[in-house]
Amino acid sequence: MNSNNQNGSQNSAVIEVTDLKVRYGDKSALNGVSFDVYQNEILGIIGPVQSGKTTLLKVINRTLEFTPNTTVEGSVKLNGEDISTISDVYGLRRRIGMVQPLPVGLPLSIYDNVAFAPRTAGIRSKSELDEIVERCLQQAALWEEVKDRLKALGTKLSGGQQQRLTIARALSHQPDILCLDEFSIAVDPVTTMRIEEVLKTLRTKMTILLVTNLVQQAKRLANRTAFFLNGDLIEIDTTDVIFSENPSEQATYDYVNGAFG
Amino acid sequence: MFTETEISKHKRWTENVMRIFFLVMTSLMILPLLLIIGYLIYKALPVLSLEFLFTNPKDNMRAGGLWAPFLGTIYLVVVSLLVSAPIGVFAAVYLNEYARESWFTRITNLAVVNLAGVPSIVHALFGVGAFVLFAGLGESILAASLTLAIMTLPVIIASTTEALKAVPMSFREACWNLGATRWQTIRRIVIPNSISGILTGVILQVSRAAGETAPIMFTGAVFYKAIAEGDLLAYNITEQCMALSLHLFTISTQVPDVTEGIPYGTAVVLVGSVLLVNATSIVLRVYLRTRKKW
Repeated sequence: MNSNNQNGSQNSAVIEVTDLKVRYGDKSALNGVSFDVYQNEILGIIGPVQSGKTTLLKVINRTLEFTPNTTVEGSVKLNGEDISTISDVYGLRRRIGMVQPLPVGLPLSIYDNVAFAPRTAGIRSKSELDEIVERCLQQAALWEEVKDRLKALGTKLSGGQQQRLTIARALSHQPDILCLDEFSIAVDPVTTMRIEEVLKTLRTKMTILLVTNLVQQAKRLANRTAFFLNGDLIEIDTTDVIFSENPSEQATYDYVNGAFG
Repeated sequence: MFTETEISKHKRWTENVMRIFFLVMTSLMILPLLLIIGYLIYKALPVLSLEFLFTNPKDNMRAGGLWAPFLGTIYLVVVSLLVSAPIGVFAAVYLNEYARESWFTRITNLAVVNLAGVPSIVHALFGVGAFVLFAGLGESILAASLTLAIMTLPVIIASTTEALKAVPMSFREACWNLGATRWQTIRRIVIPNSISGILTGVILQVSRAAGETAPIMFTGAVFYKAIAEGDLLAYNITEQCMALSLHLFTISTQVPDVTEGIPYGTAVVLVGSVLLVNATSIVLRVYLRTRKKW
């Protein structure tokens, strides 16, 4: 495992994960992983199913707490602050934008979908909400398609549009970190490419954790890539190294080249 | 050229036979209901009129109308639902949205399921002990309504739980990811999208509360009590009342020489009001379903 590299070492760590262990009952999901995520990078996280990728994201925004019978050991620091000690857990979650694998349009209008988080955070002013909704829909490349029907139901949009709505919603609370969990799983290739373009522009504003089932997507977008397998972090390095002929672990080479997974 | 094989002929034959079989079974289900209602209305025709609904029973129940029992049933149903609906719905919200898996929630859920299956006469005995005697309410509308409330409570909890479970978990997770509290999630997403199911479950308990005799006969319903005709506030909830279900029972079994139409008329009014309330719940459900959002 090699987390020192030329690209990242200039940047400061936004997230520091140290010896993180997660268990669901008796079943271990993460067996002690450590790595850093740097400011304004896209960290690709690849690995087959059951490798602990989604669990990792749920630990970071502390929504794992909604799953009964889980135990978490080790520490996750966000800008140097241990997240388990943060008392305002709702504020913590708003610092992290989360996009789930399947698009979830909330059963509200497009406008209310994007205004949901600002409203729960207490923003009431109409002009302020209007501005947030427009900015986020633009950032998610959805504004042009829906600007004339913001009152329409978010759940009636197509799958690809709903996934961009989900991204707009995740941006609505101005997060420092954007986590995407296999966002392209239910989205057509054209929309996938549009969202990838969106992520490239967002990189300048925030740090992005891109969990992906598409190995090539990590290759296209990520500065660094982490390979998880069965709850272990096998290797984390610059994307060039992970996808080269000689990453440090044989398993990485095999997975990246489609030998399993 | 397509020619019919033996196998496809056989398939077509089986398909028709099965369709007819299920149709016959469905008719067998509907037929008794229609016969009962038709027979009741036919027998009740001589007495049915608005006056029948708005006058008190007379001559030791051998004549007159249904005003006192009709209003009594309304009182019992309304007061019992005022108690059981909020408690049941909020308890279900707690069990489904807040409570973690623990011995407490497991025992509560088990209790709910089992209480729903307890015979109503057992609820009646509990009502006598708890409300009439221990709480000192005496035989009154209040005691009878509380007994009915205890009876309908588990079913309301169960139906509300079903309605809440029908809201996809992914909606809740999306809200939590956005930094919403459980309450914000419940108020903005879960309740608005399960309210039709919740209301239907509550309204269906109206017919159950209206139809039961056992829970009220020892706790607050009486054989005879005259009240001011046409006055909707004629009853005091600390006093006893008449009720349609008990009235039907007494005039059918305890009073000799009752005019033949009166028991049938009573049954028609009871069944009719229940069907009316159920119809409202169907209309409400259809209306809310057209506004379904996913």
